[in-house]
Amino acid sequence: MNIHEYQAKELFRSNGVTVPNGFLARSGTEAEFAFRRLKGPVAVVKAQIHAGGRGKAGGVKLVKTPDECRVEAEKMIGMTLVTHQTGPEGKKVNQVYIESGSSIEKEYYLALLLDRETASVGIMLSTEGGVDIEEVAEKTPEKLITVNVDPTIGLQAFHLRSLTAGVGLPKSEVKSLSQLVKKLYTMFVKYDFSMLEINPLVVTSDGQMIPLDGKMNFDDNALFRHPEIEAMRDFEEEDEREVEASKYGLSYIGLDGNIGCLVNGAGLAMATMDIIKYYGGEPANFLDVGGGATEEMVTNAFRIILQDKAVKGIFVNIFGGIMRCDVIAKGILAASKSLGVSVPLVVRLEGTNVEEGKKILKESGLDILAADNMADGAKKITDALKS
Amino acid sequence: MGILVDENTRVITQGITGKSGLFHTKLSHEYAPRFVGGVTPGKGGTTVESLPVFDTVKEAKAKAECNATMIFVPPPFAADAILEAIDAEIELIVCITEGIPVLDMAPVKKALERSNSTLIGPNCPGVITPGQCKIGIMPGHVHKPGKVGIISKSGTLTYEAVGQTTAAGLGQSSCVGIGGDPIIGTSYIELLQKFEEDPQTEGIIMIGEIGGDAEIKAAQFIKENITKPVCGFIAGQTAPSGKRMGHAGAIISGGKGTASEKMEALQAAGVAVAKSPADIASTLVEHWEKR
Repeated sequence: MNIHEYQAKELFRSNGVTVPNGFLARSGTEAEFAFRRLKGPVAVVKAQIHAGGRGKAGGVKLVKTPDECRVEAEKMIGMTLVTHQTGPEGKKVNQVYIESGSSIEKEYYLALLLDRETASVGIMLSTEGGVDIEEVAEKTPEKLITVNVDPTIGLQAFHLRSLTAGVGLPKSEVKSLSQLVKKLYTMFVKYDFSMLEINPLVVTSDGQMIPLDGKMNFDDNALFRHPEIEAMRDFEEEDEREVEASKYGLSYIGLDGNIGCLVNGAGLAMATMDIIKYYGGEPANFLDVGGGATEEMVTNAFRIILQDKAVKGIFVNIFGGIMRCDVIAKGILAASKSLGVSVPLVVRLEGTNVEEGKKILKESGLDILAADNMADGAKKITDALKS
Repeated sequence: MGILVDENTRVITQGITGKSGLFHTKLSHEYAPRFVGGVTPGKGGTTVESLPVFDTVKEAKAKAECNATMIFVPPPFAADAILEAIDAEIELIVCITEGIPVLDMAPVKKALERSNSTLIGPNCPGVITPGQCKIGIMPGHVHKPGKVGIISKSGTLTYEAVGQTTAAGLGQSSCVGIGGDPIIGTSYIELLQKFEEDPQTEGIIMIGEIGGDAEIKAAQFIKENITKPVCGFIAGQTAPSGKRMGHAGAIISGGKGTASEKMEALQAAGVAVAKSPADIASTLVEHWEKR
């Protein structure tokens, strides 16, 4: 789960990390008053969306008067921001964050992330901040250092020494950076982060180290023990259909094609998308009904697939292990009765109670193309759309 | 033969009195009667499905002489259950549970490195040596004793490969679902080595997916160490970047972990890569015959 910058800043503050003052604004007037409360001389208007690259796309503006602040905020709220991370459709800006300007001396990069290969927390530091970090890693790798912390040992002084020495940090900055990293590591473990990225981390002219941005990503599996984090979820930032699907325990991701897929298991669901493409079709979605789907879940899955107006055909691909094929078949019947499925429907059933499932579909009198296997199903649905 | 489990395996279930724990213990035990008990804290001394229930894994090991465990404990307590099994020196730990916090798994991984236990999973279908022992949620009846070893991150996609090898008359030596989480107990390399050493296994199928670089490391290992024919398939060729595809670990981040880079690495290592998931068994057979 991701959160907004203004929420990240609040979390920083409540954990003793110094960040610039700022206020959230949902209108020009709120922005104007926020500027006045910050008592200038300058502030920054920042679009609040779950994506990076806002500056280049016009989502970050420096303002010097309350009026200017209102005007920029009004321009930004309601606009659709397209950055390199939003995709071509962009993201709508619903709110802006008005933040005190900082006198920037230097810009660094600091990130903590869970390294899956070493099962440790990786801490990355670079003296080249404010730019694309992947570019730094490629062109000047000597300016980026990563230190892995074994979570059973925790963050130790030697980790901090390796970090600061690794990038040749000036002596005067070692203490403040070490203190900051200590606080961030504690936060990382406390809230089950998957990633915490600060770009840029600025060194101000009075020698302070301040996170000017904060990108926080949390482990979805751990949200059950962090209700305060889960409460920060902004549903407007997420795909409506994905949110709806998750309510029913379905895992759904919308794609650009026209063949809807209903599959059990994440791996088979991905492979089903792949095989559709292999036979010249385009998948409209990823949809995993999971191992223990009920009739009702299958109906809901159909409804979500059919909400996508681009869908011109549906491929149901089930390899029932725990999941019984007769349950799926009944779900398909219920769905086509209540929803009136008018697009071509290809069903491939395999596994537990397969004969019963096939019989239910055959005797239903519904216009269903039965497939013998995965390849046959993919061929049938792509052919059905060609004709 | 086969790997990890056989007719001498003695299994317990941690979380045996839970709904899924009991259901799958019953099915697995019916498939091959290798279960000798279970653990549910607070229910020691009772029996379910005529299997004795113990309060702790240590007690189960002392009294039922188990050497393997199947874990069905809910996500908030699953890491603790794995650590308990490691502490009791259980040789094989198979964790089916999906949804364990990643930061709970990091210390488990470190504890495993210091132990002699092998962990399969979490978030996996389990392990089966057809006809001998089944620990997990896979449908037993699609399997057939035979000569192909299967290693996979996915559940149902593994059944697909199993179904194809059964239909082709090859059968399976053992099938291992390693799990779709970011941190897992055992990755491809250890299992490739076991299949290489197993006399029953004549060919290997390796099924991967987007996210991480385990398949790329495996490719390097295959090139240097595996003499048996290997067929690979990578799911998610059409998956968009930055989206988590069902499995917690299945995500392309920063352009890394794509299906195409993994397929290229496998191909470069001499692995026959199936382009379509429907051709996994036939690709292996073709590769086999060419050698």
